Amino acid sequence: MEYRLVGTAVPRKEAGRKVSGTAEYVDDVRLPEMLHGVTVRSTIPRGHIRKISFDGAIPWHEFVIVDARDIPGKNVVSLIYDDQPYLAAERVNHPQEPILLLAHADKHLLERARQNVHIEYEPLPAVFHLEEALAAETVIWGEDNVFKRYTIEKGEVDAMWSEAAFIVEGEYSTGAQEQLYIEPNGMIATFGAEGVTIRGSMQCPFYVQKALMALFGLPAEKVRVIQQETGGAFGGKEEYPSMLAGHAALLALKSGKPVKMVYDREEDMAATTKRHPSKTRHRTAVTSDGRLLAMEVEFSIDGGAYATLSGVVLSRGTIHSCGPYRCDNVRVRSVAVATNAPPHGAFRGFGAPQSLFALERHMDKIARTVGLEPDEFRARNLLRTGDSTATGQVIKDPIDLVRLQSRALDSIGYHEKRRRFPVENARSRRKKGIGFATFFHGAGFTGSGERFLQSVVTLEARAANRVRVLTSMTEMGQGTNTVLAQIAGEALGLCYEQVEVTNPDTAEVPNSGPTVASRTAMVVGKLVENAAREMKAKLPSHDFAALGPLRVTVQYKEPPGIFWDDALYRGEAYGAFSYATYAAEVTVDTLTGEVEVNDFVALQEVGRVLHPVLATGQIEGGVAQGIGMALYEKVVWRDGVMVNNQMTNYVMPTSADIPNIRVYFEEIPYEHGAMGAKGIGELPMDGPVPAVLNAIENAIGIDFDHAPVLPEDVLAKLAKRRVA
Amino acid sequence: MRSFVPEYDLIAAKHLPEALHILSSGEGWRPIAGGTDLMVLFNAGKLPWRRLASVSETEELRRVVTSSDCVSIGAAITYSEIRQSPILQAEFPLLCQSASWTGSIANQNRGTLGGNIANASPAADSAPVLLAYDAELELRSVGGTRLIPYAEFHLGYKSMQLREDELIVQIHLPRPLCDVRQYGRKVGTRKAQAISKVSLAATAVVENGTIIDVRIAMGSVAPVPLRCQETEAVLRGERLTPTLQARARDTLLREIQPISDIRSTSEYRAMVAANLLGEYLESLS
Repeated sequence: MEYRLVGTAVPRKEAGRKVSGTAEYVDDVRLPEMLHGVTVRSTIPRGHIRKISFDGAIPWHEFVIVDARDIPGKNVVSLIYDDQPYLAAERVNHPQEPILLLAHADKHLLERARQNVHIEYEPLPAVFHLEEALAAETVIWGEDNVFKRYTIEKGEVDAMWSEAAFIVEGEYSTGAQEQLYIEPNGMIATFGAEGVTIRGSMQCPFYVQKALMALFGLPAEKVRVIQQETGGAFGGKEEYPSMLAGHAALLALKSGKPVKMVYDREEDMAATTKRHPSKTRHRTAVTSDGRLLAMEVEFSIDGGAYATLSGVVLSRGTIHSCGPYRCDNVRVRSVAVATNAPPHGAFRGFGAPQSLFALERHMDKIARTVGLEPDEFRARNLLRTGDSTATGQVIKDPIDLVRLQSRALDSIGYHEKRRRFPVENARSRRKKGIGFATFFHGAGFTGSGERFLQSVVTLEARAANRVRVLTSMTEMGQGTNTVLAQIAGEALGLCYEQVEVTNPDTAEVPNSGPTVASRTAMVVGKLVENAAREMKAKLPSHDFAALGPLRVTVQYKEPPGIFWDDALYRGEAYGAFSYATYAAEVTVDTLTGEVEVNDFVALQEVGRVLHPVLATGQIEGGVAQGIGMALYEKVVWRDGVMVNNQMTNYVMPTSADIPNIRVYFEEIPYEHGAMGAKGIGELPMDGPVPAVLNAIENAIGIDFDHAPVLPEDVLAKLAKRRVA
Repeated sequence: MRSFVPEYDLIAAKHLPEALHILSSGEGWRPIAGGTDLMVLFNAGKLPWRRLASVSETEELRRVVTSSDCVSIGAAITYSEIRQSPILQAEFPLLCQSASWTGSIANQNRGTLGGNIANASPAADSAPVLLAYDAELELRSVGGTRLIPYAEFHLGYKSMQLREDELIVQIHLPRPLCDVRQYGRKVGTRKAQAISKVSLAATAVVENGTIIDVRIAMGSVAPVPLRCQETEAVLRGERLTPTLQARARDTLLREIQPISDIRSTSEYRAMVAANLLGEYLESLS
């Protein structure tokens, strides 16, 4: 099909205000009589609060002080389980847990006051590691420290071990990772007769609304949530904004004035969510000719002190743990556990980068054991149309993953370099290597998630041939406003400029679900497309003015033939998968252990590419974050505290550390996605870490089983090998 | 911003005598130049000095003067100015190189050489280079001027030969008389905007395979930027052989005292220090 708007690089809707500096972020907003708010947080990982004292030469009577007793409704951040309090009342379960809130008009005095609140505790034993949590000698959550478990069973795993020519085992782990959105978390709350109004940086306005309804015991119409311009999120503004919005609102309620709370970078890094640390064990039965007979996977993640989204993150990680491979006998057991660290949360990829890292390292290990080239071994096992995934989802796409993999490897000169590098490496201290990963990422909510969400979008035709798109999808830098306008304009036969995308405001837009899970373009975009087609059918011409205002509202309906069993974890896990092969070329400096990524090819099949520049940007950004996770970004923990909570010491790669990323697309239109689009936002996070580590192994023959790999790790292993 | 701003005072000295007068007042004024270190502390609520006297606009500290045997760099010369200076590029390329290592372009536009010295970080990018070039510091107060070899300036962690009423006014670099073999390498946490884990700067005069003279200095391997004099002594006057290289390496590993901290480990720092020395010595042969 030929498109006018879709597939073209129209200017971003918000580009003008961002470039000119007029975009209004939450910290730019000043309301009359506004106070500033700060949080007093726990300094120990676990214990009882014994005494709170307000010290120093501080005019305490000028301060608004809120504690748990000031909460009118339920003291829980309402999400999945009601286990996380807004403010700790008697007990704390992690460092940086909010205990008190302070507000004052003078930001500087406020900070000084915060430093003069002293809290005495009676410490309780705490748990900091996955293994400790699983051992459950100290129980800190529920009966056994377990937030959630899943099991996937397919075929007869136990019967296969005796038939295997090879049994390959491996254990892999990943650390926490900070989202590092450029704008820290921030909210402004006002309270009045009309209820509470929140303005802030967020991904999911209706999550915030739901949480505040429970916190204040208010109906939906009394809780209004408005998204301000949002400077990045990456999952880090999925659930945490509900906490911060509640805090600002509690201070606003007690003071009767607007209250602004904006974290600085140190607080944001120390107190808010990060990617779940993980551990994966693989045991794989393989035939003599390199075919997968059975895969047994144990996948565990550290959720921190409260459940938040850990069960959902675990779900996605579990489902992705066997990757795009054909295997008739699969058992995956997974668990999310509690530790006394600040809760880990949503971060681009949502569990899949962790389990796919393990898998794609393990696939190289199996290839080596079997004696096949990594690409040949994968080629013998990649899913083909008609094959089924670990959950039994039959692949219907006319996708040829072997060809996709070959194209990516040809683009980077893989085979020639696999031959040439060992020869050159023998003469140099700088060892070059090349590696890759082949993977997929399911778009949209898992299983029956989209059916439960029942997302709604509205299109409104107005005078002067203009149309408004009303959804709750947030623009956070990824291009929501632009692609939704392209879709609506395309389907209506309007120009891009005639379509306006309304800023999410719960008083104005319908609930189209959260802006997460790579679902915006594919799922909500399709609803926009459907609404636009319906509107076009009702309007013989574009003379909207003559017809008067017209609104069309559509709701999500599950495509036919989708079945998901939540109890057995079987069936169609996702409406669609996007597929990719990413290849990395690295140089390892054996004097310093430093690893440099010199070249990177990212080839993916993502359905229809709606906007080539934005899509390429998504891939480049995800790859950069992936390289960060592979080689640089290590959260240093001390008793549940992130001690390197500064951008100087939490080392994210700069542009000088990132190679030219060569992005290529293949497009197989997906009939249930907007104009054929599938999800794209999270996919690029999944591949870089295993691709880079596979390349390191190719360069120096050392197989790292954890990420990040820092120069310290490389040099220590090289030294150990020399001694051996 | 975690500091309580009303507690802080800032005044800007218009010229050097005024700056020295302020510092001599006994009222606790401390100098600030580019602020690239101090403002970070200020933002974090960790800046102990409440009275700051800016010397950034002091013209006397903003010159590079070349004489027949010496290049004298004003203490308030920025990294960017160092990078762009033709005489420094020609004769002291390691200094230009180290200036390019520091922070971001914005940091380089504000940060000064004198500030880098007075901040006294063992990880300072310019420090090993100044040691390798045998720099001399000119310190001035209302009472007068004194010259101190930079190798003797740092006494211990963040402790230095600089009285509260004194200002570093110039850094003198003796001009090389013959062909000097120079080496500088920083191993940081990333390629830019990084604090060094280990750095090494070295200069040597080599004739027919014999090391006539050598200076080796390292950053981030001791409480102070370290001139590695014992290692130099092993090398000086000797012919470069694999045996000598091994001896130098062993001596260096005894001479440095690297620690484990938030950025790296003592084991890593020791290995890299030895490897960088090895790389340098190989480049000489």
